[in-house]
Amino acid sequence: MAAPAPYDDVVLAAPVTVPYVRYSIKSAHWFLGRAVAELLAAARIPKAQIDGLAVASFTLSPDTAVGLTQHLDMTVRWLDHVPMGGASGIVSIRRAARAVQNGDAEIVACIAGDTNHPDSFRRNTSVFSQFAQDAVYPYGSGGPNASFAFLTDYYMRTFGATREDFGKLCVAQRDNALKNPLALFKKPLTLEQYLDARLVADPLRLFDCVMPCAGAEGFLVMRRATAEQLDLPYARLLGAIERHNAFADDPIQYRGGWVMDRDALYAQAGVGPADIDFLETYDDYPVINVLQFEGLGFCDQGAGADFVRANSFEISGSFPFNTSGGQLSVGQAGAAGGHLGITEAIRQLTGAALGAQVPNARHGVVSGFGMINYDRGVCSGAIVLAAA
Amino acid sequence: MPGRAARRRAKNPILRTRQPTLPPAARSRVALGLTAAAARGRFALQVCRDCSAVQYPPREVCRACLSHRLIWQPQDGKGELLTDTTLRTAQELYFRERLPWRTGIVRLDGGVNVVAYVHASVGAAPCRVRIEAALDRAGQAALIVMPEQGRPGLSEDPNLREFTCDPRGRKILVTDGKTLVGQAIVQAVAKAGADKIWIGEAEPWKKSAGLEALRALPQAVVVPLDVTDGGSVQELAGEIGGKVDILINTADHHRAFSIAARRGVETAQLEMEVNYFGLLRLAQAFAPVLKARAADEPTNAIAWVNVLSIFALANYPPHGTYSASKAAAFSLSQALRTELRPAGVRLINLFPGPIDDEWDQLEMPPKLAPAALANAVVTALKGSVEDVYPGDVAQDWVARHLDNPKALEREVGEGGR
Repeated sequence: MAAPAPYDDVVLAAPVTVPYVRYSIKSAHWFLGRAVAELLAAARIPKAQIDGLAVASFTLSPDTAVGLTQHLDMTVRWLDHVPMGGASGIVSIRRAARAVQNGDAEIVACIAGDTNHPDSFRRNTSVFSQFAQDAVYPYGSGGPNASFAFLTDYYMRTFGATREDFGKLCVAQRDNALKNPLALFKKPLTLEQYLDARLVADPLRLFDCVMPCAGAEGFLVMRRATAEQLDLPYARLLGAIERHNAFADDPIQYRGGWVMDRDALYAQAGVGPADIDFLETYDDYPVINVLQFEGLGFCDQGAGADFVRANSFEISGSFPFNTSGGQLSVGQAGAAGGHLGITEAIRQLTGAALGAQVPNARHGVVSGFGMINYDRGVCSGAIVLAAA
Repeated sequence: MPGRAARRRAKNPILRTRQPTLPPAARSRVALGLTAAAARGRFALQVCRDCSAVQYPPREVCRACLSHRLIWQPQDGKGELLTDTTLRTAQELYFRERLPWRTGIVRLDGGVNVVAYVHASVGAAPCRVRIEAALDRAGQAALIVMPEQGRPGLSEDPNLREFTCDPRGRKILVTDGKTLVGQAIVQAVAKAGADKIWIGEAEPWKKSAGLEALRALPQAVVVPLDVTDGGSVQELAGEIGGKVDILINTADHHRAFSIAARRGVETAQLEMEVNYFGLLRLAQAFAPVLKARAADEPTNAIAWVNVLSIFALANYPPHGTYSASKAAAFSLSQALRTELRPAGVRLINLFPGPIDDEWDQLEMPPKLAPAALANAVVTALKGSVEDVYPGDVAQDWVARHLDNPKALEREVGEGGR
């Protein structure tokens, strides 16, 4: 397989967050519209200057990105709807980067957002996919809690991880979130609170589970020259991978598509795991963080628990990780959960962190994971970003 | 399923009657193949005709070779329970009212993963197990992890026993106690632990020794019921309708005639009066109140059983008009099933072949003993099925019917059975 072409001078700029709320009476259009407005303000450009749009949302139905262009009265020459859940942000970047590189668009807005009504999550879960409707939801309607309980139980038994290992990650993320004014969780979390929380689906307890909310994230993809012309701080895109339905024969998911593509990712980026100053993972449940540590080469396959025990994950720790607090402590604004790590990484690499700044951050990795279509997450992806 | 203490407890009339909730019923059309097999008590999966790959979840094309020739085939269900969890929260009311639920993932020996309920008797993962199919309260297929060895009943699991209609502790109406089949069913449900059995009696001036013998059963009460008389049906429904948990329709009028053998339509009309209109009268009088009591406490309305005939599937010309009346009843039962389903009340049809009674006297063996048919009723209630084909003849007919209905019509028409 030929090595993919480099991304040359593709950059990411203007990270924006439409503040999260637990429930909203607004629609997804409102949150996505606010995200575009925030992007225009951040970049100080008129709407007409955005000529590409990549959209991710679970609650935009019956609309897609098409309906959104008319709703927001945007005229674009490049449009993508990316229904890949927590991998949507990474996949949007891969698509948008090639578009701006080849002149199909000059400035692509990558946005993701969802609303959340009190009954939204049940409605979305019950018809999440044909396989989920036919073969998962009728069995207790546990939603992703049940699916991740299976993965967590299997991982703990197979690789010797403990509740304390997962707890350590959740506690560190909460510590990071306390410095982020936009995080929905404002109270410190102790390991004891984590371990003693009420059971949700054995072995998962309350603080293992992400909290759905409403909100949006967005950023712009463009060439470096465009960013400099607009006088925008930016992060450079060094490498990007995606993979879907990897390792379909694994009995229970204990690795994701990152394992297939990480060598290509680091080869394209010209840096390796040792050069990475911080990591933003997709973290709806802590077990999936550990799969990303392993899958992206920060430790060996199955050695995630030892890696957790050997490191500290606060912003000031040995392995700064989910520095915004991650979804587990900021909230999961639907499809925006896959963009949260990207906006945070751009902020860290441009010295504009909402919370605490990772000291001397030069390289960051962001990964995405999405769509428990049946018994496992199907989509995975990752990018390497560098400071200007 | 109420215990002895619950049975003694009378219903408090001041309390609200709980309303039924159901598990999610939406399925793709292809997934209904699983339900079709489960309705007969079988676990079947799609298998690729071209490359033999087993499929799950149900698909339109083979996961291995993309062939569209996927055939539903019975499976032994053997595999390994890889992981399990106990749900302490649920999004749907049905599950929320019954927490906790144990679910797991089984890797079948055929190489596919199955998400399923885990029976309480199954040990901790990982272990060897067997998948069974049942029908849940929504009438859809539910896959259940069972121990590899032994056959524990669904009733032995606190949540899964709701997938059954176990007659133990139930109040049951058997609509006609004068037929041999009706009498055998009364005996069988009494033996299975029914709390109360009302036995319908039409034309009380015609004495039946078998029915008289049933009066000795402590839980049995003979009640007047003539299914050809709307007033009689309404009257009984008004009296006991609000207490019936299971209705078993045994009313049957059977004369062995075809078209040319008898002039006039009176016999056929009487067959229709009992077998078809009788079912319609019962359905109009009893179905609404069964639905209203589908979540009642301490016992709830749970099932409707029809004793039909295998001749409902394809007309058996020597019993031509009888076959037609049973086909009509079968058709009506499908409408009744649809009306009962939103309440979670299960409709079970039995399609026996010739029965060892006077109206099938000239039929060649094998014939089904009334006691065997009664056992099939109890087994169906204790299990989790909708369609029962008891006995060798019924099994033979249904296999031929599913294989090629036109061939069955010709075979039967040329004198064979």
